[in-house]
Amino acid sequence: MTESRTIPNGGRAATCPYAPAPELYEAQKDDELHRVTVPNPLLGEFEAVSVTRYDDVKSALADDQLRMGGSMPYQAGNLLSYDGPEHTRLRRMLTGSFTTKRARELRPQIEDVVASSLDALEEAGPGADLVEVFCTPIPTLVICELLGVPYTDREDFQRRTKVALDFSVSREVQMEKAAEMEAYMATLVASHRDQPGDNVLGRVVHDFGDQLSDSELAGIGNMLLIAGHETIASTLSASIALLLQNPDQLAVVRDDPTATDGAVEELLRYIAPAAILPRQASGNMCVRDQEIKEGERVVASVLAANRDPESTEQDLDLDRLDVRRPPHRHLTFGFGPHQCLGQQLARMELRVALPALFTRFPTLRSAVPHDELDYRTNALVFGVNTLPVTW
Amino acid sequence: MNVEVDEGKCVASGNCAAFAPAVFDQRDDDGTVILLDATPPESEYERVREAHPRCPAAAIVLHENPPVRGA
Repeated sequence: MTESRTIPNGGRAATCPYAPAPELYEAQKDDELHRVTVPNPLLGEFEAVSVTRYDDVKSALADDQLRMGGSMPYQAGNLLSYDGPEHTRLRRMLTGSFTTKRARELRPQIEDVVASSLDALEEAGPGADLVEVFCTPIPTLVICELLGVPYTDREDFQRRTKVALDFSVSREVQMEKAAEMEAYMATLVASHRDQPGDNVLGRVVHDFGDQLSDSELAGIGNMLLIAGHETIASTLSASIALLLQNPDQLAVVRDDPTATDGAVEELLRYIAPAAILPRQASGNMCVRDQEIKEGERVVASVLAANRDPESTEQDLDLDRLDVRRPPHRHLTFGFGPHQCLGQQLARMELRVALPALFTRFPTLRSAVPHDELDYRTNALVFGVNTLPVTW
Repeated sequence: MNVEVDEGKCVASGNCAAFAPAVFDQRDDDGTVILLDATPPESEYERVREAHPRCPAAAIVLHENPPVRGA
């Protein structure tokens, strides 16, 4: 048994933030599962079995015995706080709002949100930070649509969200903003109870309001905000940074509408903003022929699995971004019962936002050298901190 | 090709409908799978093959080249 090695919090390589930490690549080559030590804000440092091969990650995440294990802070209404039948019950109340059809129905609103962000970018002028003006507002405003946030409240909503999820401000300020957000979420729930809006939160209140408490409903709202905000903002910012560095691929995304879906899948595969998913075995389980004992923690290394050369019979270089390749299977949205609820919506947002940006700003380029881009690699969700651009 | 779905296993991820929309759809109320065509035409085979491994609940069963009765 190899000695447990510490992997970085985000599971990424220090030298190249898009690549998995080298320990994970090495583990992938070894038939025997490695143990790793992972820093975690909630659990402190913990030791875990590292699962890195594509087939192994799929099998582990789909295993009944693999549970969340308290790796995320508990919140009523947040799907990541539940497992088993309780999880299924809650999730079934939401799945009808996140179908492929719902994502298509939201397309016009997404297009409007993207268009208004592009207007804001135009107004901000060359030198603007795309993360602030484009990548962050888009998912936040889409969530406003899902929750039924009135237009007059959206500016404040965005401001509070930005501070509440900004880890560089003092904890005090963050908690203050989080409390303000909770209070606002409670007023949204109350207004839906009074008159359910024609949106996700309204529908949940209408259809299941008698089975859910106010705090569960507010928790659902909060979950949608947290789960659907940073992840998409990061995928957008990283996608833009990558495409600006690969102009031939940017041209594909900009000019070929038939290539959009495949390009987005490839960007999702390559970026995988949540590179490692922490879990826990609630009973003895097996990955391939190896036992993981009850209580052991498990780290499913999605980013590494997305690059697994064994996941393809062909000789594809999965360490390379290629938006033209036929969509290669990936585990960016996870797998099993907790697979991302919002994935079809996420796809739609990316499919709309990226071509629109490059079409409106065909001479877009980074205002800083690519090797000086400020990446966030040490948080649960990877991304670009700032992306100043010019045109 | 014959396609079967296990509705009990389905977690309504929508991936089947996303990758092979002519063969799979989702119920409006809870998003669980609706198999539109258990014997899709050859033009759909590739899409169904892309959809199949993407089901997070392994709820899709594919039978390719099913044996023909009486042959």
